[in-house]
Amino acid sequence: MASTTTSAAPSVVPIGGQSRRNVNTLPLIAPSVVVLFLWMIVPLVMTLWFSFQYYNLLDPTMAGFAGFENYTYLLTDPSLWTAMLNTLYLVFWVLVITVGLGTLLAVLFDQEFYGRNVARLLAIAPFFVMPTVSALIWKNMLMHPVNGLFAFFARSLGLPAIDFFGSFPLTSVIIIVAWQWLPFALLILLTAIQSLDNEQKEAARMDGAGPLAMFFFIILPHLARAISVVIMIETIFLLSVFAEIYVTTSGGPGLASTNLAFLIYLRALREYDVGGASAGGVIAVILANIVAIFLVRSIAKNIAD
Amino acid sequence: MHPKTREKIWLTVLGWFAAGLIFFPIFWMVLTSFKTEVEAVRTPPSLFFEPTLENYVTVRERADYVHFALNSVIISVGATLLATLIAVPAAYAMAFFPGKRTKDLLLWMLSTKMMPAVGVLIPIYLLFRDLGAIDTRWGLTVVYMLMNLPIVVWMLYTFFKEVPKDILEAGRMDGAKPKQEVWMLLLPLSLPGIASTALLSIILCWNEAFWSLNLTTSNAAPLTTFIASFSAPEGLFWAKLSAASTIAIAPILVFGWMSQRQLVRGLTFGAVK
Repeated sequence: MASTTTSAAPSVVPIGGQSRRNVNTLPLIAPSVVVLFLWMIVPLVMTLWFSFQYYNLLDPTMAGFAGFENYTYLLTDPSLWTAMLNTLYLVFWVLVITVGLGTLLAVLFDQEFYGRNVARLLAIAPFFVMPTVSALIWKNMLMHPVNGLFAFFARSLGLPAIDFFGSFPLTSVIIIVAWQWLPFALLILLTAIQSLDNEQKEAARMDGAGPLAMFFFIILPHLARAISVVIMIETIFLLSVFAEIYVTTSGGPGLASTNLAFLIYLRALREYDVGGASAGGVIAVILANIVAIFLVRSIAKNIAD
Repeated sequence: MHPKTREKIWLTVLGWFAAGLIFFPIFWMVLTSFKTEVEAVRTPPSLFFEPTLENYVTVRERADYVHFALNSVIISVGATLLATLIAVPAAYAMAFFPGKRTKDLLLWMLSTKMMPAVGVLIPIYLLFRDLGAIDTRWGLTVVYMLMNLPIVVWMLYTFFKEVPKDILEAGRMDGAKPKQEVWMLLLPLSLPGIASTALLSIILCWNEAFWSLNLTTSNAAPLTTFIASFSAPEGLFWAKLSAASTIAIAPILVFGWMSQRQLVRGLTFGAVK
């Protein structure tokens, strides 16, 4: 990198009558900025605006400024708190499973073994399966209480078959989502492990570090940053898990597997309560932004000037 | 046996066991797709059976499957082309003519990706309704283009930064105009990077299932929405669902395997190297 920066330095001097600094970058960058602005900021402002309005698509007579009424209504509605708790529960457990197993698997796939590259391809495959497909494979072929494979295993062992989506709806969704995101954690942590200096590992081994000491004192500290990045990125995506709930439980039974994203969807597109749903949307944005601030900081450190 | 060899054999067993366990649901789906409907729901589940291609034939014969698959292709490729078209000039400007604000701008672009889609569902849905864009291919294409634009800009930016400046410099000395510089030097030099960026964008579009479920019903519905329609109780055709799903994920799985390295770069925004 150093050589390119030094060779770029003289370019400030006009070459062939044209200076590097003279290029007007505005028209090049403007299209991206303008469309992204229209895509995010405008709808966001609209969501904010709607959240202070009486606005129901089924009842045009309901209109006008609502003040904080949508918020107070939403915040005093027990279903919001159920959905919030479900959201946090889902995010938390998926993170525990994916980061925990992902770290162990990353260490495993960092070792030399026969057919490692092929095994790794198999292990990251779930990430490329569309959410509706993976949810339906699990729902029908694995977790189905009568014909599912798990039910068969349970019966073979003389145990009663578990009605996954009836008895443990949220846990079932967590299992599916964790299966989808485990490869993501594995892939990123594996990349991070492979950037670990071999000499450092060698030195630790010379000093008599066993596998456990190696893991806790060399590998884990090295992975700390990557793990925090995985946690932040996953959190942002997991806060709005939608398709997996949509095709398996539809948020039920009752609200047992409704998360914030699904609650907003129910309010907006099933009950047509634009005001209330918008208030929910604002809450979702705030939640995601708390994580995003840390993520942006972490990225900013890494962008080389 | 040499202890090193023994260790390697243990690791092989462990590694393949873990990989097999993770891959199993996909394997089971592919297996089911070659069963008859009766065989698919049989207890005990059969591992060995007379394979049949009838599900694939049925799925292929249903004209609407082709329709949904075509929607997926048109929308994913269209959105990716559009995003690349808009992103190349921006990434070029940011990589080669960085100003004081370039870093902030890049971060702002990435931060739009962190906004939960559900937070803007209502305005987008209402705007789409008023524009007549609901259940249209162009509507979903535009949404996907915007959804992936930050990642595309970011990835192109990192790839462009890797292009040796000297070569562009030399071209400039020979009198290449900025346009020529981009078309005849930068783009050919970073073609592998552009290709893997496009690949990642196609993967993300293909598998997207929030906007497709909320903004399409039938005309413009991609495969994600089509597969979701199997969740209705009357749609319990496991073997056919498996065949349809297998075709739906196969191309993307191959693309994903091809682009696994770039995936880390694109999805972590460079926060992990």
